[in-house]
Formats: sequence, structure tokens, C-alpha cells
Amino acid sequence: MYRAIKEPSKTGDFKMTEAIRVENLTFYYEGEVKPALKNINLSINEGEYVIITGPSGSGKSTLCRTFNGLIPHFYKGKMEGEVYVKGLRVKEHSVRELSKIVGMVFQEPENQVLTLSVKDEIAFGLENLGYPPNVIEDRIEHVLDVMGIKHLKNKVIFELSGGELQKVIVASILAMNPDILVFDEPTSNMDPKSALDFLKYTVKINKEYGKTVIIVEHRLDYIISYASKIVVLNDGEIVAIGNPRKVLMEDILEDIGISIPQIPLLFKKLKRLLPCCETPLTIEEALSLLGRVIAEGSYRGT
Amino acid sequence: MRKVAIEVHDLWFKYNHSNEWVLKGINLTVKVGEKVAILGENGSGKTTLIKHFNGLLKPCNGVVKVFGVDTRFASVAKLARRVGIVFQNPLHQFFSETVWDEVAYALYNFGYSEEEIERRVEYTLKLMDLYDLRYKSPFTLSGGEMRRLALASILVYNPDIIVIDEPTIGQDAKHKRKLAEILNTLANMGKTVIVVTHDIEFAIEYFPRIIVLSSGKIIADGSPNKIIYDDNIVNRANIIRPPIISLIIELSKRYNVDVDLSKTKFDEIVREIINIIRRKESSLGIR
Ligand SMILES: Nc1ncnc2c1ncn2[C@@H]1O[C@H](COP(=O)(O)OP(=O)(O)OP(=O)(O)O)[C@@H](O)[C@H]1O
Ligand SMILES: Nc1ncnc2c1ncn2[C@@H]1O[C@H](COP(=O)(O)OP(=O)(O)OP(=O)(O)O)[C@@H](O)[C@H]1O
Ligand SMILES: [Mg+2]
Ligand SMILES: [Mg+2]
Repeated sequence: MYRAIKEPSKTGDFKMTEAIRVENLTFYYEGEVKPALKNINLSINEGEYVIITGPSGSGKSTLCRTFNGLIPHFYKGKMEGEVYVKGLRVKEHSVRELSKIVGMVFQEPENQVLTLSVKDEIAFGLENLGYPPNVIEDRIEHVLDVMGIKHLKNKVIFELSGGELQKVIVASILAMNPDILVFDEPTSNMDPKSALDFLKYTVKINKEYGKTVIIVEHRLDYIISYASKIVVLNDGEIVAIGNPRKVLMEDILEDIGISIPQIPLLFKKLKRLLPCCETPLTIEEALSLLGRVIAEGSYRGT
Repeated sequence: MRKVAIEVHDLWFKYNHSNEWVLKGINLTVKVGEKVAILGENGSGKTTLIKHFNGLLKPCNGVVKVFGVDTRFASVAKLARRVGIVFQNPLHQFFSETVWDEVAYALYNFGYSEEEIERRVEYTLKLMDLYDLRYKSPFTLSGGEMRRLALASILVYNPDIIVIDEPTIGQDAKHKRKLAEILNTLANMGKTVIVVTHDIEFAIEYFPRIIVLSSGKIIADGSPNKIIYDDNIVNRANIIRPPIISLIIELSKRYNVDVDLSKTKFDEIVREIINIIRRKESSLGIR
């Protein structure tokens, strides 16, 4: 059911297939004079874990909408340039076709609700894909378990709390087991423990099953040290891209007003005291560095 | 003594058709000018609780009083004028064609003059960084913009109690800081500010009083440091400590260094860590 991650071949001629390719993309929503995206170029390989960040209104959701064809098929406007999903030109393929490859969780989970009950909501996509009832039943149980919401199985959708609804919508997308998963602020209504459990799960399916994960997320503490790439948008343009450890230290992030996770931020502030250390991203990395300082009085010499 | 804004006495609530109690004996007093954050796991009853503050929901048992008035005997329309609630999902709140009209709506309803409406709407839109978007439809805004609009449409009519369900969703660092400033100003003006949030960093940085709800009961009510350093409360309410808090707790445990485990603000903890490093260096005669 799950596809294993591809191993690079020993001869070195292996080319990872691209999951997503964006070429010179500019997009204006209908009736707008200002483009929501400006000349975006981006390549995401299969099996990558990509964080998209940027200030409010910078175009994160708009970019996500091009990955499953909602733009240009559902949101009208002027689209220049190209987006390819596993080599398919999104302009030529319907949202329905693309959604077999790309599963997307919207920023506002309520916009995604299609049925009345939790169980039906998760079954809906699976039925459309033509799975037999016993498989559907298994998948439902599995994703309810993953999201920690077994107790909600027989509940009515509009009687759920904000976080409960978000977990159900995430579960309904996970159930379809697409190769590429796009999450637009998937944990915004989740309590911190639930959010962390879910983020750990996204890392697990990326690592173990080779799923391509693209995530717009404000809670970066956990995923930042794991992500293969971070894309920073500002005003519709990519202003920084690359390895999170490097990108996080760029001053532009603070200039455009986006949040830096606490641990790297702390070490930015300690820069004068600890000038030559590599920036820790996790609590463990921070502890081992500070531990050395405390034990030796100085980390100098490393 | 400051006046009481909201008083909740032994509140029990369950939704129709359901036989599970969602709120189980809530007792709570919020004074005028207080700034309170409510935390708690998903489904713990936070949204249900705040819907009692403007009479949208009425207790099955117990009493909720707003400025001394029992909500069972007050009209929602009257209460709404004094208690502004920004709901968790802003889409529920919108119905106007433009951002400007959305914010102006309540003012027309309350019968303000055109001039006054113009002045207030412009001021509020600028405050919320939405002025450039005033001709857009609320439904075409980004997620963060929508939430700021929902807040703007409440702030504009200047209610005495402001309740916001998840104010930081979709807000970047800049807007979060600004939001915190605005809430501070409001409290200093004598407004009562209540937020429900999963953003622990935001809550402990900016709120002097934190209430923790778990399974329909208040399990803690106090200052941020009383809550964030308490393992029992943290675990029961699905709270994860902000990394910097975990870091100094671990520092003190593993390396047996002397740290002040009562600080909750980021900059204070950074200073605490700088002091540890300095102390060590000077004890070794470095610098
Ligand atoms: N359907 C739409 N029609 C017209 N304009 C839109 C539409 N959706 C978004 N916009 C505008 O495009 C810009 C980018 O919006 P987008 O939703 O991509 O931002 P975002 O980075 O996801 O922001 P947030 O963090 O607040 O969700 C914003 O200025 C927004 O107002
Ligand atoms: N209209 C409703 N009818 C029946 N049950 C409901 C209704 N609204 C909420 N509930 C249930 O009541 C409980 C409390 O919901 P509430 O929305 O108050 O939680 P919450 O603390 O705000 O959670 P979250 O953090 O997920 O927003 C949940 O178990 C929820 O499923
Ligand atoms: Mg968005
Ligand atoms: Mg809620």
C-alpha cells in the first residue's frame, strides 16, 4: 500500500523524480491588480519535507492551491508560468485527477466538509476512489487511531469542537494515502500535545514511506530540524529558500516579521557570548552545547 | 476594589440530545480590566464556556452574571453590545460584501452617525492592517487577514468585554506582537480581555492570569509560572512547554545549575541563561 522511499543508485546516475515543479509562476486572483504570487520557481523532489512560511498574506495558501489544481481550475484569475505535479501540467489536469496524487488539508477545515458524520467524511474520498468496504473500514479505524479521535467516529460533524473538526479533516486526507501531502496550517486549532503527535506522524510517513510532505506551519520547533527545505515567501515572492539551519539565521526573517523558533532565536541572542558555535535547533542540541559551556566554562576550542 | 465583569457560579452545561456534561461545575470571577487566557485540551469546553459570556448559551445549572446581570434574563442583543466575542471560525461571522462594510455593520445597527462610522471604521482597519484591503470581499482574504477582520468588526464598537477564541491563528510574529499590544492597551483602558488559546508561548508571555480547563472543569487558575512549571497541570491539559522553558528545566536538572524557575517571559529566560554562562566564566577567571 505504501511506497518505499527510493534509494539512490550506486552508479550515481539516479535522478530523483520531481514531485512538484513550479516555473516562472505569477498569479493574479480575478479582479486584483496586485499578483498574489510573483515569478515563483521551485522544485520539490519526491520524499522531501518542505516547510512554507512567510507573513500573513504573503501567498502561502495561494501557492498550495496550485499544487492540486485548485488554481487555476477553481479560483479564477490570470496564471502565467507552469506548475507540474509528477510531470503532469496542472493546467491540463482536473482537480479530481490531481487529488489522487496530492492530498490537501485547507487552512479553514470547515471549507472542506462534505458530509454530516465523521465516519462518512473519512469514507467519502475512499468511496470515490472505489475501495471495497472492508478496506474503507480498516482505513477509517487506522486514521482515527493516528489522530487520536476514535471516540468521535459516530459524531455529527457540526457538533465538533474546532480542534476535533480539524483532526477529522486531516484524517480524511490521510485515509486516501496520497503520495504528496499538502497541509495548510493543519494544527492551528489543535492543542499542543495533539499538534506535536500529528507533526511527528508527518515526519514518520515522510521518513518511512517516502511521502512528500509540504506544510505551512507556525509551530516550527519540532519540524525545523527535520525539514529538507524551507521556503520563505514575502509579498508573493520567494525571499529565502534552502536548508532550515541556514535560512533561519538570515536576518530577513525578522525583517519581514515572521517568527523564529525559540531555540535558534535564543542562540541568535547568545551570539556575542558564544560566537563560533553552530546554531542549535532542538532542545537536545541546545542542552549539549550549554552543557559543554557549563562543564568547561567555555565551548571555545570546539 | 475593582468591579466584577463576569461571574460564573457552579455552571453545568450539556448540549441538547447529548447526555454528556461538557461543563461540570465551573466557578470563575473575572474583574473589570483583567487580562485572562483560557487554555485546555481539544474538546475540554473552552468555546462552550465563552459562549455563555454573551448569553448565546445558557447554563443548564448554575448562574452566569455579566456586570451583575444574570444572562438567563438578559437579551443576547443587549449583551452583545457590551460583550464582543470573536469566534474560532471567522467565516461564520461574515456576511458583508466588503471588508469595510463588515466592520461598519454593527455601527449602523447601533445607530451611529455616518461621520462617526467613517472615523471609527477607518481607524480600526488601519489598526488591524486591513485598510488596503477595504474593498475586498471578506471571503477572499487570507486566513490571517480574515481573523484580523473578525477582531476588527468587534473592536470597532468598543465593547466593555472582549473575548477572542484563538486570536493568534494565522498571525505572524509581527501581528502577534501588535495584537498583544492592542490587548494590553484595551485592558489599560479598563476593558476586560479574555482569550482562548492553544498558543502557550503567547499566553505565558502576555497574560498575567491563566485558567486551565480540562474535561469541563477548571483544573488551574493562576499566574503563568504556577501553571507552566507544574507537571500535573501541563500533562492533564495536553500542554507542551515552550522550548525555552523545557530548556531551563532540563539545564537545572542535568547540570545542577542554579536557575530561577519562576520566569516565563522569553527575554527574562534569555537573561537567566546569559547569567549562567557569565557566572561560570567568571568563576573560571575567563574575561
Ligand atoms: N480568493 C481570493 N481572491 C482574491 N484575493 C485573494 C484570494 N485569496 C487570497 N487572496 C489575497 O492574496 C494574498 C495572498 O493570500 P494567501 O491566502 O495566499 O496568503 P497566506 O500567506 O496564506 O496568508 P495567511 O498566513 O494569512 O493565511 C492576500 O493578500 C489575500 O488577500
Ligand atoms: N453543538 C454541539 N452539539 C453537541 N456537542 C458539542 C457541540 N459543540 C461542541 N460539542 C462538544 O462539546 C465538547 C466541548 O466542545 P468545545 O467546542 O467547547 O471545546 P473546546 O475546548 O473549545 O475545543 P477546541 O480546542 O477543539 O476548540 C466537545 O466534546 C464537542 O464535541
Ligand atoms: Mg493562508
Ligand atoms: Mg474551541
